[in-house]
Amino acid sequence: MNFFMSALKRDLLLVFRHRNDIINPLAFFLMVAVLFPLGVSPDPTFLSEVAPGVIWVAALLACLLSVDGIFRTDYEDGSLEQMLVSSESLYLVVLAKVLTHWLVSGFCLAIISPLVAMMFFLPEQGYFSLVVSLLLGTPTLSLMGAIGAALTVALRKGGVLISLLVLPLYIPVLIFGAGTVQAGAMGLGIQGYLALLAAILVLSLMLAPFAISAALKISVRS
Amino acid sequence: MKIKMPRWFYQLASPRWFYEITGKLLPWFTVAAVLLLVTGTVWGLVFAPADYQQGNSFRIIYIHVPSSILAQSYYMMMAIAGAVGLIWKMKIAHVVAGACAPIGASIAVMSLATGAIWGKPTWGAWWVWDARLTAMLVLLFLYIGVIALNSAFENKASSDKATAILSLVGLVNIPIIKYSVEWWNTLHQPATFTLTEKPAMPPEMWIPLLIMVLGFYCFFAVILMSRARIEVLEREKRSEWVTKVVQEYGK
Repeated sequence: MNFFMSALKRDLLLVFRHRNDIINPLAFFLMVAVLFPLGVSPDPTFLSEVAPGVIWVAALLACLLSVDGIFRTDYEDGSLEQMLVSSESLYLVVLAKVLTHWLVSGFCLAIISPLVAMMFFLPEQGYFSLVVSLLLGTPTLSLMGAIGAALTVALRKGGVLISLLVLPLYIPVLIFGAGTVQAGAMGLGIQGYLALLAAILVLSLMLAPFAISAALKISVRS
Repeated sequence: MKIKMPRWFYQLASPRWFYEITGKLLPWFTVAAVLLLVTGTVWGLVFAPADYQQGNSFRIIYIHVPSSILAQSYYMMMAIAGAVGLIWKMKIAHVVAGACAPIGASIAVMSLATGAIWGKPTWGAWWVWDARLTAMLVLLFLYIGVIALNSAFENKASSDKATAILSLVGLVNIPIIKYSVEWWNTLHQPATFTLTEKPAMPPEMWIPLLIMVLGFYCFFAVILMSRARIEVLEREKRSEWVTKVVQEYGK
């Protein structure tokens, strides 16, 4: 556990030294969301209808955008290799990195999402479900995205490739996440949706770090 | 715990043995595929009775259903072959998995295309956000991801392993995607497509369908074996037996 905390501390420190890394996903999230009223229609009834889907898609893309860099710098300066050969559990290293990514992307997105919800005229009773669904759903996005990032970290053209690998895997989270917000905005119960999101999160929390570790080993050896 | 696999399993790991055994199997599968496909097509398209609701347009299921089944089983096969390659470090398994991806993707395209052609007269639209169509589209996306990753690496060994991991991740996700899409579909659309829920098919209709499914399996087994054989020759081009094979072929 001590090891996990120190790995987490290191990663968080690295992020805070590059503050832009925190701002960029949030700015991207806001910009993508703003494109929809500009591109389709600023009509409040239309916007409140599409708000759950649009906010979730924007959050998903923001997570995807930032996930590319999750192992990149460590790979380039060689510290990833040291982590692989160290005797400590790779599972915990990976978990610390994914947690850092989530704190920077998904967690912050969830916190500022009511702002976008307000701009989209989402009914106020839907705010709670929006924040909770993002808090439960985005960790899964970080975990799945990290698989793609680990597989492509040794390749020069990572960006587009990651989206091809990871976007199909994001579909269930998107469906249940946007479903939560829709149900919440209509004043229906959201426990069922949250249970499904949590189930997907638990499953990926168990399995994804193994896939990420195996992928990192392949990438470093290639 | 040590698992002991049968002897043929280990023999299959030898590229040369794989090349020889598939060379012997290939003609049999080819003959079976031609017989089954010709019988199934003629029976299905000419002799099977027309559907009482959809008329003759239903006959596309003789292509559509087999390709849908195969697109799914090819993904499973690709993932299992990848797992075998990762666990037993078997190069042949990676060759087979690599050959599965483009074939699977093209069958998925075929399934989507025939579905669209069938959807136009039946539903009045080329594309409908039906659960099964959407799930097949996502399956095609998964295939595209695997193909893209496979071609991105320069080193064969790491591209083999990386695609194996990706296809295993996809395999775990396929049931989740399938059920989430079905659930999403029931939320967003009323079940107006009772047309698709055909009454139990009479045997004159499903026997040719079964023959077509078997024929598709044989046909795509032939394609898979041919692709894998070429890949084996390509990868083993420095070994002596490949030189011999090529020289024999040249005579």
